[in-house]
Amino acid sequence: MERGSTIRNIDWITISIYLLLAVMGWFAICGASYSYIETDFLEFLQPSERTGKQAMWMIVSLLVGSIILCFDKRIYKDWSYILYIFFILLGIVTIFVSRDIKGSHSWLPLGPFSLQPAEFMKFATTLALASYTSRYGFNITNKRDLLCSIAIFILPMLVIISQRETGSALVYFSFFIVLYREGMSGMVLLTAICSVVYFIVGIRFGEQRIESIDVSVGHYAVLVLIQLFSLLMVKFWCRNDKTFLTLAIVNLAGTVGGYWIAIYLVSFNIIILQYLLITFSVIYLLLRIRLNKEKRNIFAVIFIIGSLAFYASCDYVMNKVLLDHQRVRIEVLLGLKEELAGAGYNVHQSKIAIGSGGITGKGFLKGTQTKLKYVPEQDTDFIFCTIGEEQGFLGSAFVLTMFAIFILRIMWLAERQNDRFGRVYGYSVASIFFFHFTINVGMVLGIMPVIGIPLPFFSYGGSSFLGFSILLFSFLRVDADRNLRI
Amino acid sequence: MNDFKLEKRKYILGATVVLVLIVYIARLFSLQVTSDEYKSKADSNAFYKKTVYPARGLMYDRKGRLLVYNQPAYDITFIPREIKNVDTTELCNALNITREEFEQRMKIVRKSRGYSSYTEQLFMARLSSEEFAPFREKMHRFPGFYISKRSIRQYTYGAAGVLFGDIGEVSQKKIDKDPYYSRGDYIGTQGLEASYEEALRGEKGTEVLLRDAYGRIQGKYRDGALDTLPIAGKDLTLGLDIELQQLGEELLQNKIGSIVAIEPSTGEILCMVSSPSYDPRLLTGRQRGENHKALSTDKKKPLMNRAIMGTYPPGSTFKTSQALTFLQEDIITPQTLFPCHGGFRYNKFKLGCHAHSSPTALYPAIATSCNAYFCWGLVRMFSSDKYKNAQEAMNKWRDYMVSMGFGYRLGVDLPGEARGMIPNAAFYGKYYGNHWNAVTVISISIGQGEVTLTPLQIANLSATIANRGTFITPHIVKEIKGDTLPEQYIEPRNTMAERKAYEDVVKGMRQAVLDGTCRAADIPGIEVCGKTGTAQNKGKDHSAFIGFAPMNNPKIAVAVYVENGGFGATYGVPIGSLIMEKYLNDTLSEASKEKANAIRNKVIYYGDGER
Repeated sequence: MERGSTIRNIDWITISIYLLLAVMGWFAICGASYSYIETDFLEFLQPSERTGKQAMWMIVSLLVGSIILCFDKRIYKDWSYILYIFFILLGIVTIFVSRDIKGSHSWLPLGPFSLQPAEFMKFATTLALASYTSRYGFNITNKRDLLCSIAIFILPMLVIISQRETGSALVYFSFFIVLYREGMSGMVLLTAICSVVYFIVGIRFGEQRIESIDVSVGHYAVLVLIQLFSLLMVKFWCRNDKTFLTLAIVNLAGTVGGYWIAIYLVSFNIIILQYLLITFSVIYLLLRIRLNKEKRNIFAVIFIIGSLAFYASCDYVMNKVLLDHQRVRIEVLLGLKEELAGAGYNVHQSKIAIGSGGITGKGFLKGTQTKLKYVPEQDTDFIFCTIGEEQGFLGSAFVLTMFAIFILRIMWLAERQNDRFGRVYGYSVASIFFFHFTINVGMVLGIMPVIGIPLPFFSYGGSSFLGFSILLFSFLRVDADRNLRI
Repeated sequence: MNDFKLEKRKYILGATVVLVLIVYIARLFSLQVTSDEYKSKADSNAFYKKTVYPARGLMYDRKGRLLVYNQPAYDITFIPREIKNVDTTELCNALNITREEFEQRMKIVRKSRGYSSYTEQLFMARLSSEEFAPFREKMHRFPGFYISKRSIRQYTYGAAGVLFGDIGEVSQKKIDKDPYYSRGDYIGTQGLEASYEEALRGEKGTEVLLRDAYGRIQGKYRDGALDTLPIAGKDLTLGLDIELQQLGEELLQNKIGSIVAIEPSTGEILCMVSSPSYDPRLLTGRQRGENHKALSTDKKKPLMNRAIMGTYPPGSTFKTSQALTFLQEDIITPQTLFPCHGGFRYNKFKLGCHAHSSPTALYPAIATSCNAYFCWGLVRMFSSDKYKNAQEAMNKWRDYMVSMGFGYRLGVDLPGEARGMIPNAAFYGKYYGNHWNAVTVISISIGQGEVTLTPLQIANLSATIANRGTFITPHIVKEIKGDTLPEQYIEPRNTMAERKAYEDVVKGMRQAVLDGTCRAADIPGIEVCGKTGTAQNKGKDHSAFIGFAPMNNPKIAVAVYVENGGFGATYGVPIGSLIMEKYLNDTLSEASKEKANAIRNKVIYYGDGER
């Protein structure tokens, strides 16, 4: 294939969005590192300033990206396992040679710079996973293949946990999204999501009570959710429309009617009613299995019982197993405790900074909260605060939208691949960006736990910018070569 | 499952991305658009509103001499928790205190209400720049000690302390009432500082500063665009002549009493002496606390302004007001004669008088201060057919007295004025029912009995006579810079007696100086009018005097009241004369200077009792 067609085949739309995000990110760092004492804008380009360093890293990343575009798809595939093993080993070495920076052992000293190998491990893992899943005869429903796939990304995760970078390690969970796209049972994801929802709702609203009937809001809400989820399962998973209809009518009438009676007529404990309704659903499903041979109903039954058991254990773990400080962290996260000076400080200040931005923001370099260092880590993990404060609702909504378009574009590119290697590669890249985006912005907005991971292209940091660029550009080259059969 | 089915999953994944986007944008919307809560929290985070205090208004005397001004002073404070390794000896040396004083001060602080080892505690207050300099040099060696700069009052002259009054930290009650004040502000608490507080205080300014997360000030917000400048307080020019005030305070030293001089045409108070007086400069430096305690526990009450707070029987000075009433009510004419053979006799009742020719007409009665003349006048008034009964006559009399400014507060521009006492018919009715007549209340006609006036009211009587029947409410402040005086200090007030009656009283008072009881009040080249008073009380008589000069177009009216000074002629007359001479001639003649010296050196013993 000629060089010219490769350039034509590269998706310039993605690169445009990438450049746009990178430039907006650099200006956000300007806003975050600007202090009231300096006033000269040229200062920002000084190599001694963080903004100057970031600009330099951006140029380096573009150069590296251009070089990467020169290697064709075959090279990635051939080198995937070697790179994977190399970075795993480098990660292990780093644990021992890294200096202790705030408890973390993830920095590899390289003369005047330090690099975080973890940022490049995502790239290596992506390569390895794409290679492995695209090998002849791979079938994800085969237990061995599934476990091997999972092992490919669990291994770097363990290395990174050993470097005491738990946040970065969690990113590897995003590969489950890729496996789901490749055919892994949706039950795995559903279970995970339901567990999180039960836990958060149950604990967050556990202490609140519905005044007139003295019932825990959290307990009640979890039971209603279990009813709702199980109904959806019967409808979309078990596909037994008649069973669904009967259960839906009984549960809906029972729940709404019971609630109405309890509030307006006779006060009684509606939680018992919900348990009765759930018990009825289980018995009815079992009867349908026996009488109508609706075998798939068994999943719904297992789901309901599992959900109840999980909720009960959450309660137990929270109150009996967890230590005080662990419980406090969870409570602060869920907004149960306003611990403004301690664990909740960052999030509280970040909400203040964003909230004070209003619709149009205070203007570039005019934010007070970020300037005056009220938000810790404001140019790294909490960089989105600066955008929220200085660019307001319009600016920050624009940034979020561009990010979502960026991710959707990569997913769209992944879908147009002609082989599994390309698709897995593309989805891995999209999932990693999606995970970073969701967790980081969610944390800054105070709706996700405080997990210290950067916002791609915005957070200050050379390694992460370079790592994300390599990830993106290598996929763009793979995408350009999508018609190449290997 | 086949690939076709799996491909549908791209929609689930795509929808998830869109869902997250929608949730986050909704969250942004709720944080940034629907709620102002975070905006105000951000402001209280970042903005530190620093109060900039205005300079308090200055005070000048009528000749433009600076009397009261501002001076920086330094409070030394400390945070007990932060004190580490301080060399106490060095600290004591720097502050020029003894170790015992240091220990004692610490003990007092620790026992005081609201003590916390984490908050700033006052160690020493109001140090002058000089006292403070050695401490500042070594401050870095005393971690935990801080300074706060304040502005305190300083005085050019050691006189008129009780008029200037005092400033102090504002009370919580006042803060609750007036939002202008906040904790630690100074407010006028006494004297002119209190009554002209609103003019003197000016307006506070604010500087909007930016404060970072560590509490450090990072500069001005928007280069000070939102700052407001403080507006300096308004300067006051007093009607006071400070040299006259000084002379008055010297003349009354070692005596208890008052001198009030008024410019009749304007009502401006030229001097207002309350003795014992004190040097206001005692209350400025670091000795303030100690001195203030000594002054406030002094049994002779130097902090009390007797000229407006003391109420005394006016004695014979009051006879002028009686003459005015009787003349105006046609009870007497200047030619009316009343007998006096050693006093007023009515049935068994007798009220003594000194020796003089009898019968007497009005002018000599005033000049010689005949008691009987005014007693007969009152008897004639109370038995006159003009009134239904004694009660009505009594109330008529009361109306005259009130119109002359007695019985109620005059409304001087100083806090704490007393109203004195003018009885009415109801008052006597309470004691005597209907069984009373002129003789029962006879002593009111000679300024004794139930009647009491403040020295200011007595001086105002003098000013009213000088004006022939009108007065402007006496006031200390002549001019508020950039503002007008309140209406009440501009508008003349009329008494119920007419000019004609006043002219007669003036003639009597002139005769008193020429050949009556006030001969010693004479000033060569000036037509002085006067009236003595010798007021009986539980102890030795009070010595009183009213006078004005010159007789035509008077420039000064004066009242002197010396507690237990004996005859009016002993202290009242010479002091009043010296005050008038000093004011009119701007200096004292050699003979007068000697006279002044003699009076200055006189001491009246009052014993150790409370006064």
